[in-house]
Amino acid sequence: MLPPATFHILLALAEEDRHGYAIIQDVTARTNGELKLSAGTLYRSIQRMLEQGLVVETRDRPAPEDDDERRRYYRITPDGAAAARAEARRLGQLVKMARAVGFATGKI
Amino acid sequence: MRIYNLLLRVYPASFRNEYAEEMRAIFARRLHAAGPLGVIGLWLQTIPEVIGNAAIVHWDLLRQDLSYTARMLRRAPGFAGTAIAIVALGIGATTAAFSVTDFVLLRPLPFPQPDRLVRLYEKTSAYSQLELSAANYRDWKAGSTVFESIGLHHSAAGNLVGIGEPQRVGGTAVSFDLFPTLRVQPLIGRLFTETDDRDGAPGTMILSYRLWQTQFGGDPSIVGRQVLLDTESFTVIGVMPRAFRFPGSEVQYWTPLRFNAEMYVDRNDNWHYSVGRLRDGVTFEQAQAEMDVLAARSKQQFPAENKDVGAILTRLADDGVSQQARLLLYALSGAAACVLLIACANLANLLLARALERRRELAVRTAMGAGRERMVRQLITESLLLAAGGGALGVAIAYGSVPLLNRLVPTALPLASQPTVDLRVLLFAIALTIVTGLAFGLAPLLRIGGEADLGGLREGARSGGGQKEGVRSTLVVVEIMASVVLLVSAGLLLRALWNVQTTNPGFRSENVLTLGTPLPTPQFDRVVTRDAFYTRALSSIRAIPGVTNAAFVSHLPMGRMKGGIWPVSLDGRPVNRAENKNAFLRYVTPGFLATLGIPLITGRDTDDSDRQDRQAIAVVSESFLTRFMPTETPASAIGHHFTFALQERVIVGVAGEVRMRGLERRQEPQVYLPFRQVADGNIIGYIPRWLVVRTASQPVAVAAPIRSIIRQIEPTLPVNDVATLTDVVERDTASRAAQVRVLAAFAAIAFVLAGIGIHGLLSFSVSQRAQEIGVRLALGAQSGDILRMVVHRSVMLTVAGVIPGVALAYVAGRSMDALLAGVKPADAPTMIAAVGLSVVMTLVGSVMPTLRALRVDPISALRAE
Repeated sequence: MLPPATFHILLALAEEDRHGYAIIQDVTARTNGELKLSAGTLYRSIQRMLEQGLVVETRDRPAPEDDDERRRYYRITPDGAAAARAEARRLGQLVKMARAVGFATGKI
Repeated sequence: MRIYNLLLRVYPASFRNEYAEEMRAIFARRLHAAGPLGVIGLWLQTIPEVIGNAAIVHWDLLRQDLSYTARMLRRAPGFAGTAIAIVALGIGATTAAFSVTDFVLLRPLPFPQPDRLVRLYEKTSAYSQLELSAANYRDWKAGSTVFESIGLHHSAAGNLVGIGEPQRVGGTAVSFDLFPTLRVQPLIGRLFTETDDRDGAPGTMILSYRLWQTQFGGDPSIVGRQVLLDTESFTVIGVMPRAFRFPGSEVQYWTPLRFNAEMYVDRNDNWHYSVGRLRDGVTFEQAQAEMDVLAARSKQQFPAENKDVGAILTRLADDGVSQQARLLLYALSGAAACVLLIACANLANLLLARALERRRELAVRTAMGAGRERMVRQLITESLLLAAGGGALGVAIAYGSVPLLNRLVPTALPLASQPTVDLRVLLFAIALTIVTGLAFGLAPLLRIGGEADLGGLREGARSGGGQKEGVRSTLVVVEIMASVVLLVSAGLLLRALWNVQTTNPGFRSENVLTLGTPLPTPQFDRVVTRDAFYTRALSSIRAIPGVTNAAFVSHLPMGRMKGGIWPVSLDGRPVNRAENKNAFLRYVTPGFLATLGIPLITGRDTDDSDRQDRQAIAVVSESFLTRFMPTETPASAIGHHFTFALQERVIVGVAGEVRMRGLERRQEPQVYLPFRQVADGNIIGYIPRWLVVRTASQPVAVAAPIRSIIRQIEPTLPVNDVATLTDVVERDTASRAAQVRVLAAFAAIAFVLAGIGIHGLLSFSVSQRAQEIGVRLALGAQSGDILRMVVHRSVMLTVAGVIPGVALAYVAGRSMDALLAGVKPADAPTMIAAVGLSVVMTLVGSVMPTLRALRVDPISALRAE
């Protein structure tokens, strides 16, 4: 089971490499403002994800005019993608079980 | 923003270096977006968030470090095991020894304001501390102003009859002002009052908690009950609290100490102990000065009796621990400190060696960008993990060994409990170990410092050598030195113990059973009553199969009652106690000398013809002649008269020397008197109350038949302290033997640790120099040369450690002189043995490294270059 912050970060990195602040903004947008990651939680999670090999720091930089020298960009690894898929499957199973007993309705 | 920067400091530096800047940027945007109103809310969110996340990051790092450390240690199990064992031995041994020492020597007595409590003694030229006589006590107490209060006590014992089996119980007679001086209160009932103390008042007694529980089942309505002690009836007036033991742990009841006019007559009849409480503001020295004045005044008033009598104060806390016991405990603590020192030196050495080995690893990690802070964390974690492992084991050792050391605590102390592991000492030992661990565990970082350690990265870089090699050699030399000191000390004490134990006591202790038959008075005041008892008992006992002889005597040799001297007067002059001409008095039944195997040198033993109405006779020991009749030979002494024990007596026999008071006491004049030659009711303290029985084999087997014989004759008479004479003699040296064993164990630990130290140092330097050795071999060096190189090193270390070690050991021996029972501090066999052992230890420690050096393959060593 992945910690929620980790899962959200993986989701944010699914489509493109992002720097820290962009991840926070993406998560906020995706959850309609319900989850605002703090800087501490973000980097603490990222440090652990780096250690576990779910993400890597990337050297590919965007075009110089968009780039900020200080920023580090992160990229999801195949392991990270696999972990996110497994988590999604697990959550799906849970929802199926909840639906079977009438705790969840409608389509997700 | 400044606040946020401060807040970020709670993160580990490595994390901060990585992410702080971006975090600041993100926070700045948030702050900006929040507007003036939202700022407070943002701070309220941020502070707990930062702290919580920082804790998680710290934990993550710790987890990483621990798993890394565990991996490293698993790869070096020898290192880890050795380090943990060293730390455990050091902490365990030190804590146990210091705990006991502290308990006996340093802990305050269990009474309020114990530092105000003192004992007042008399002193003469012959005795540095002598019990008080009633008359001197009365005068000095009346004249003194320094005491808030002062009281007296002396030991007593009685046969508790009427409750189950008759039982011998130890007690103490105390004056009414003694308990208030100690400031103790009874658990139930009341303490003695002045009326209880009056001569002729009805008997009252206070029970110890233990006696109350064991004999009276803790009966809450015990106060007012009548108890029969010997043949006298006492009313129980109170019970003391559980923890109260005074003056020692064997005391089970207290009765009033009563004075009558008669007791004040003889100013040289010294048998009272005192305890005084100094008034507030009075110093010990002031009190001693006043006592000196009072003693001088008494000397003027009673020039004959007090000619040689002074007064001396001691602190109650110093009492009861003999100079010897104190010295032994100090020796133990010193040994424990030595062991801890060696352990720390060894740990330091191990860590230094490891640090050198890891120089490359650390250099690589630095080069790969690991910050200094991360390395410090890693090394601290490793040191702490080792210290914690060793510490846990050490605590277990300490808890396991304190009960063993308990046997060293003298029973004659008013201490309430048994020593337990002292937490302060334990913490100190652990702290010292951790400091050592950290100091030397972090040593590798000193090299890394600011600039990159390029040397460490260079392929095949050799470490060792230089400054640290010097530190490491010094540490090993210190270890050898300390272990030599311990070996010599333990050796000297072992020799002393051996000397003492092989001392001829003057009697044959094997196959003798001893039993206490505490004949009570006034029931046995008269000689005829005792005669009837002894005659019946001895004839039945001698008839038991296996018994070859039996007799009664006043006090056992080396028994609990070690005193029993009486003044001697020659040539018909009146007895003068102040002259200090004393001999040991023992009343015996005929056959005592034969039963104990004390040789009769000339003349005869006492026999049944020595009745009350006949000429009073005496059998004396040889030292009696040397002391009082130096011109007489044993043969010519027969027929000489002297006055002793209230009668004029003629010498009819001379017996061999015995060590009455202990193997370490010199031989002292003995006088054996026939039990019948004493007036009824006189000298009742010396009634023969101890039975000695010689058997053909196994003395313990006759204990049961003897008990039943005594019960048949005298149903209310308890039989106590049944023991073989061998046990009694062994008990005399038991605490010395126990302490020597502990010290020997310390020496062994130190020895092994020092061996490990030498082994570690040499094998490390061999492995560091493997390439050099390979080159030398390739250049034609013979294996003999290599051997010489390694052995030379170990010999130098040994010599450097042994020489100062022997010198220090001599100093230590000098300070223990009083314990050595005649063994010289420079005892050659001990010194040679200790030095020999150190050399053997060095050789054994060098064997493995040397073999490893010889096995170095020049080809592969060169290839690595």
